[in-house]
This record gives sequence, structure tokens and C-alpha cells, in this order.
Amino acid sequence: MCSLEKRGTLFILTLTGADGDDQHRLGPQVIASLLSTLSRIAAEAIPGSVLITTAHGRYYSTGFDLIWARKAESGAAAANRLQSMVNSLKPVAAALMSLPMPTIAALNGHAAAAGFLLAICHDYVLMRSDVGVLYMPEVDLGLPLPDYFAAMFRSKIRSPTVMREVVMSGVKVKAAEGVRMGIVDSAHDSAESVVEASMRLAEKLSRRKWVGDVYADIRKNLYPDACAVLDLPLKPLLVSKI
Amino acid sequence: MCSLEKRGTLFILTLTGTDGDDQHRLGPQVIASLLSTLSRIAAEAIPGSVLITTAHGRYYSTGFDLIWARKAESGAAAANRLHSMVNSLKPVAAALMALPMPTIAALNGHAAAAGFLLAICHDYVLMRSDVGVLYMPEVDLGLPLPDYFAAMFRSKIRSPTVMREVVMSGVKVKAAEGVKMGMVDSAHDSAESVVEASMRLAEKLSRRKWVGDVYADIRKSLYPDACAVLDLPLKPLLEHSKDKGGKGQWDLQLCFE
Repeated sequence: MCSLEKRGTLFILTLTGADGDDQHRLGPQVIASLLSTLSRIAAEAIPGSVLITTAHGRYYSTGFDLIWARKAESGAAAANRLQSMVNSLKPVAAALMSLPMPTIAALNGHAAAAGFLLAICHDYVLMRSDVGVLYMPEVDLGLPLPDYFAAMFRSKIRSPTVMREVVMSGVKVKAAEGVRMGIVDSAHDSAESVVEASMRLAEKLSRRKWVGDVYADIRKNLYPDACAVLDLPLKPLLVSKI
Repeated sequence: MCSLEKRGTLFILTLTGTDGDDQHRLGPQVIASLLSTLSRIAAEAIPGSVLITTAHGRYYSTGFDLIWARKAESGAAAANRLHSMVNSLKPVAAALMALPMPTIAALNGHAAAAGFLLAICHDYVLMRSDVGVLYMPEVDLGLPLPDYFAAMFRSKIRSPTVMREVVMSGVKVKAAEGVKMGMVDSAHDSAESVVEASMRLAEKLSRRKWVGDVYADIRKSLYPDACAVLDLPLKPLLEHSKDKGGKGQWDLQLCFE
């Protein structure tokens, strides 16, 4: 699942996974827990609120719970389970893109597939450099991308070369390279220091005391394609009158 | 025309032009030949297939066969000939963007106009540095861009500055500058070495044994604007997991090292 801690204006959401799963796979319960926690965070937002998401151990998240999918009674049933996870994560991505506060992904470890997708739904990505890669395994597994995955990667990675390497070629990206590629904001040499740096960034952003709804509207208006795919309506910032 | 050679999992398509045309201009027969060859390549794709396109001499291709267009009996007829080439090259661009395998343009020389367009329809562009420039002459010739040209350049060149220099200003770009601008993946100092490097890249990609249809669908999903202009439908997600069954699809041991 996920746990939520409040420290002043900071919300710290920690992915804990189900049944001691240290890869924090995104199965139905984890996804439902994420969605309700993000709703709660949005409801409790005040000017200066900031969200940090993180996890403990060597993994941020390795994506959908393919173990659960594979336990289904047939290939078709397994595909249905995967489809259901794909469908239910979309509102989580939408919730992050419309969250009325800055969002920081503090990557404590590997972020792959839907885990990588979650990370890039954040405004800031800080990553640990001693452990962990960013990895889109879909091409290696022979799985096409859900529409909103492609939309978010297109939106957050603008370079055709980086898109090719990361999304079409399944290159495993460590923190330093992630920074060079423009996917990661900064690299930090331990689990503690990436969380520490995220907290300092969050405090700096919090001091701006941004009005959350306006912050979210500005964010969404910079990503209209992704918002369209995520079924997020765009409110005009200012209605222009002729 | 073009010739096709198979080396293991590698398809090597060589632009040869018509009637000894060393600029490998894209006239009606060359375009038709390209289209049917790409169809054949797509049909013969297996996991690990890779396409390299190249040419011999100082030119990859200088674009549409404007000589043939000008031989028409009137200005209007010439415009029609150009228009017909524009229309018939669009499915070639679409075929490249939908090709179920990685694609590498091994630029042995100049790539201009529709020749440059062909190059950027590939996943990888390797270029010779001793001979050849990339050049979009349309602005200098007073010719507007076909819609799919603009769509592909917008999609593959994201920097406004580079778009302005290359497409709006007709700057002639050598390999090293192409690399700096992000249009060229690597520069190589001879015709032999650009082909050699393309083969090595192809072999590296081939070892991944990607399922071609999935690779192509992922490619297309990253370029929806260009695909719309090229009339390439995007397939809805996850049809594959039911009927294509990629290798190790449910393989849970993602390797992170």
C-alpha cells in the first residue's frame, strides 16, 4: 500500500507495497491506496503544501503486479488483469498531474515501467546514484505502451534521441545519466541524501506559498496533450475577451 | 531504384536511382520501388530484424526528381508531376515509421529535401563527415513544405533554433554539426566507416530480439502527430498481449543490472 506522513506543510507518501513486496509493485490494492491517499492530500492542501513520494529499500517501484496477473486462470484472464491495472492507474497519474501543490519523486531505487511512469508524473525527480536504474522494459517484454504512458513520456521527454533510448530501446538509466538526459533533476549518493535533498527542495518550494489550484492549472496548461489523454479538463487561465 | 540485400537478420536497402542517376533522385519509379521493397521487408520481419538504408557515392539522395517534373509540357503539368511525387512518397515515410524493426540511415553523402526527409524517418542517423551535408533547400527554391515533411521535421527536431536554422533558413549541415544539433547520432570519417558503424549498431540492436510489431507500435505512440499526418492509425493498447504474446511477456524477473 502506501503510508502518509505530514511534516508541517510537507506530505510524505511512502510506497510500501502489498504483503511485504519489496519491489512495491502496483497491484489493485496498492493502486487503490494511492488514489485515495492522493485524494486526501489534495483535499488537505494549503498554500505552501508540497508532496514528496518515496519508498524504502532498493526499489521505488517495478511497475504493475505481473505476478498477480499471471496467477489468473488463463492467458486471456491474465491480460484482463493487466488491463484492469492499466485502467486503474490512469486516475493516479491524473491525480498527480492535477495535484494542487508541487510534487517531488525521491527515487530511493529502481523505477521501472509503471514505477518509472509514476516518477515522471512528478514535477521534480531526484534520484539515488549508488543504487537504481530507470527502465522501460515494455519493448523487451513485447508489451506495447498504454496511451497515457506514451503521452506522459512524450510530454516529459522531448528529445527524440532520449525517447528512443529510454522508451524504444529499454536502456537502463542510472542517476547521473538521467540528469544528462534531462529526466532527473539531481543525483544523490545515498538513500538518505536523496530524501534529505528532497526535503530541502520541498521546504524551498513551500516558502513560496503558492495557491495550489493555480499551480495545478498552470501545470496542466503546460501539458495539454497529456491532460487530454488523462481525461483532465483544462480550465482556461484567463478567459481572453475580444 | 533500390536494391535489397539480406545479411542474417539485417536488411540492407541501397538507393540506386534510375538510369545511372548518381544523386539517387526520388522519381516515380524509385518511389514505387522503395514502397514495394519496404513492404517486402516488413513482411519478412522476425524478432531481431534491423533495416539499414544507404547509397553509394557522394549522395544519399537529393530529393524529388525535379528534372523529370520540369520535362512536363507546361508549368501546370510540371507542378502536377511534383505533386504526384509528393503524394507517392508519403506512404514511404509512413512505411518507415511503421516498420516493425529498428531502422538506421547510413548517410554516405548529401541528403537534401525529400532525401533528408527520408533520413529523419529512420530511428538512427549515422553520417559521413568527409563528404556530404544535410540541406532543406525549399526555402531557397521558394517551395513550401508538404504537410508530412513539416510534421516529421517538427517531430524529430524539437529545438526551435535548430528547426529555424535547418528548415526555415536552409543551413547546410555537416555531420559534426548534425551531431551537435541532435539530428545525427554519430559522425564517421569515410563511406566505409559509416556503413561499418551502422552494421555494428544493427547487430547490437538485433541481439535484443525485439518483437517488431510492438517496437513499431511503441515508436508510433511516441509520434502521434506525425502518424496522424501520415494516415497511420495508432492501435489501441494491449491488443498484443492477447494475440501476439511477446517473448517473456509475463517474465517477472526484470533484470536491473
